[in-house]
Amino acid sequence: MIDEKAITEFIYREAELLDTMQWQDWLDLFHPEGRYWMPLEWQQQDPVLQPSLMYEDLLLLKVRVERLAGERTFSQKPKSRCHHLLQAPRIVACDPEAGVVKTRTSYIYTETRGDNLERYSGWASHDLLEVGGAIKIKLKRVDLVNFDAPFGNIQLFM
Amino acid sequence: MNKYGGNAEAIAALVREAEVHRDVYVDPEVFELEMEHLFPNGWIYVGHASQLAKPGDFITATIGRQPVMASRHTDGSIHVFYNRCPHKGVKIASEPCGNTGKFFRCPYHAWSFKTDGSLLAIPLKKGYEGAGFGDTQANEGLSKVRNVVIYRDFIFARLSASGVSFEDYFGESLSTIDNMVDRSPEGKLAVMATPIRYMHTCNWKMLVENQTDTCHPMVAHESSAGTAVKVWKREQGDSTETPMAVQLYGPFMSPYEFYEQSGIRIWPNGHGHTGVANSIHSNYQDVPGYLDQMVAAYGEQRAHEILGEVRHNTVYFPNIMVKGAVQILRNFIPVAVDKTLVESWVYRLVAAPDKLYERALMYNRFINAPTSIVGHDDLEMYERAQEGLKSNGNQWVNLRRLYDGHEEQDVTAVINGTSERQMRNQFHAWAKFMTMDMDKRVEAAE
Repeated sequence: MIDEKAITEFIYREAELLDTMQWQDWLDLFHPEGRYWMPLEWQQQDPVLQPSLMYEDLLLLKVRVERLAGERTFSQKPKSRCHHLLQAPRIVACDPEAGVVKTRTSYIYTETRGDNLERYSGWASHDLLEVGGAIKIKLKRVDLVNFDAPFGNIQLFM
Repeated sequence: MNKYGGNAEAIAALVREAEVHRDVYVDPEVFELEMEHLFPNGWIYVGHASQLAKPGDFITATIGRQPVMASRHTDGSIHVFYNRCPHKGVKIASEPCGNTGKFFRCPYHAWSFKTDGSLLAIPLKKGYEGAGFGDTQANEGLSKVRNVVIYRDFIFARLSASGVSFEDYFGESLSTIDNMVDRSPEGKLAVMATPIRYMHTCNWKMLVENQTDTCHPMVAHESSAGTAVKVWKREQGDSTETPMAVQLYGPFMSPYEFYEQSGIRIWPNGHGHTGVANSIHSNYQDVPGYLDQMVAAYGEQRAHEILGEVRHNTVYFPNIMVKGAVQILRNFIPVAVDKTLVESWVYRLVAAPDKLYERALMYNRFINAPTSIVGHDDLEMYERAQEGLKSNGNQWVNLRRLYDGHEEQDVTAVINGTSERQMRNQFHAWAKFMTMDMDKRVEAAE
């Protein structure tokens, strides 16, 4: 059974994979039905019938990852890099029998490309599932503190 | 620098028949003149009447860079005014939308105004007795934008006191808005969602031009749409149904021939649209029940007419684009010569199935968001152009594709869909609306 330490390690590991651009390993953390969601409204409930910045399944996440490496992906010449600074994840719900855990992690995210650097703050909420002894992401929800501000390109993952 | 101010000839010389001078994109003075002349002379989108459902509801907007607001008055009428207190200039409304109750109240000195903008009360009014206040513009309350037209719930305003009438300005181009509204079985749209906002470090006209640029998708979007198609082919397995996401991305990769035959229609005053015969929106999967609703509402023939008109991008000069088939309006709001705020709105087709709204919202976040891969492709090109145009090696931008040497201006025509004629059409209108009051205004100042 997964314990608090394993969950915390998992969240840190996820951020590390993103910071080191190990995209395929990052995708492997997702459950086959997993989703990555960036809401556009305060305390948004519905990802589909309310506007979102992103609501993507594995197919779409794969497209993003593959695009990043594409020969004709001009918005990645030069490449973007990112940095996650995480507060300790907090377990907000836990059902060990069902293997379901929900966590919330406060973060500061930096994305840089060329001479530009942009910084974002928010909360990452993970719905995690234990599948055959491994932890998988069912839903990663990223709520920016200023979700409604007009950003420039955000090309990587928070 | 005062190269262009009050110099209609110099402005007109920036636009040749099939080329434009780079100063239209990079020169701060030209940008200032656009704010002073072009935007006040045009009919500019302010908002949608569904955002003003109840008396006291208001929205804020900008025309060029000028803050304006629109409100629903107690008698149901809609009014547009400049968003500044007549006293010291403080903005009356600071939020994108809200409800003010029975009156607006300036937070600085508590001057208050009825929801039609007229002055309601000033504290300690006796201080103005014998002060000649009645003769000032302040006595009229919030300064009104007098030229306002609400067309099928779309609120447009023209700041200039004189100029081209709404009907003459838009003419037949309003057919795209008609088609979008008609796609609701009740003939009604509703704004239910906040817009997706996306900051662009480029001139606003680059975005407008790109709306009818059909020779870039298969090139610039190979990285996004092309990858989506590739990944889907690899991953689809024995799946028989194409996911909505792939239906939306896939057509971007259509070949030149597709865009050539789908056509472009131009209208006078800089308006025009891609996707005349068909468009990248033509082959989306049918949504169960929708056609039946439309047939019940409009009859068999009219329903098919409405749904058979699947235009791609309609540019309403100067700075909005409307997609009737997916119910999206993009507002390209100029901030500086090299900075543009893009707000992309989705309208819900009232009484239509949820699935259509879901698709419109999905399209909006796929294409128009700061997190959208198609958006990344485009913005990269605009930013590179904004930088590249600083080069003195060649000071002209080439718009000559399918130019035949003798184009009539301000006409309606349907042409090959890869033509750059709509861009030429826009720049002809640009020069016209920039200069139409230029000489006059200089004389008035003397």
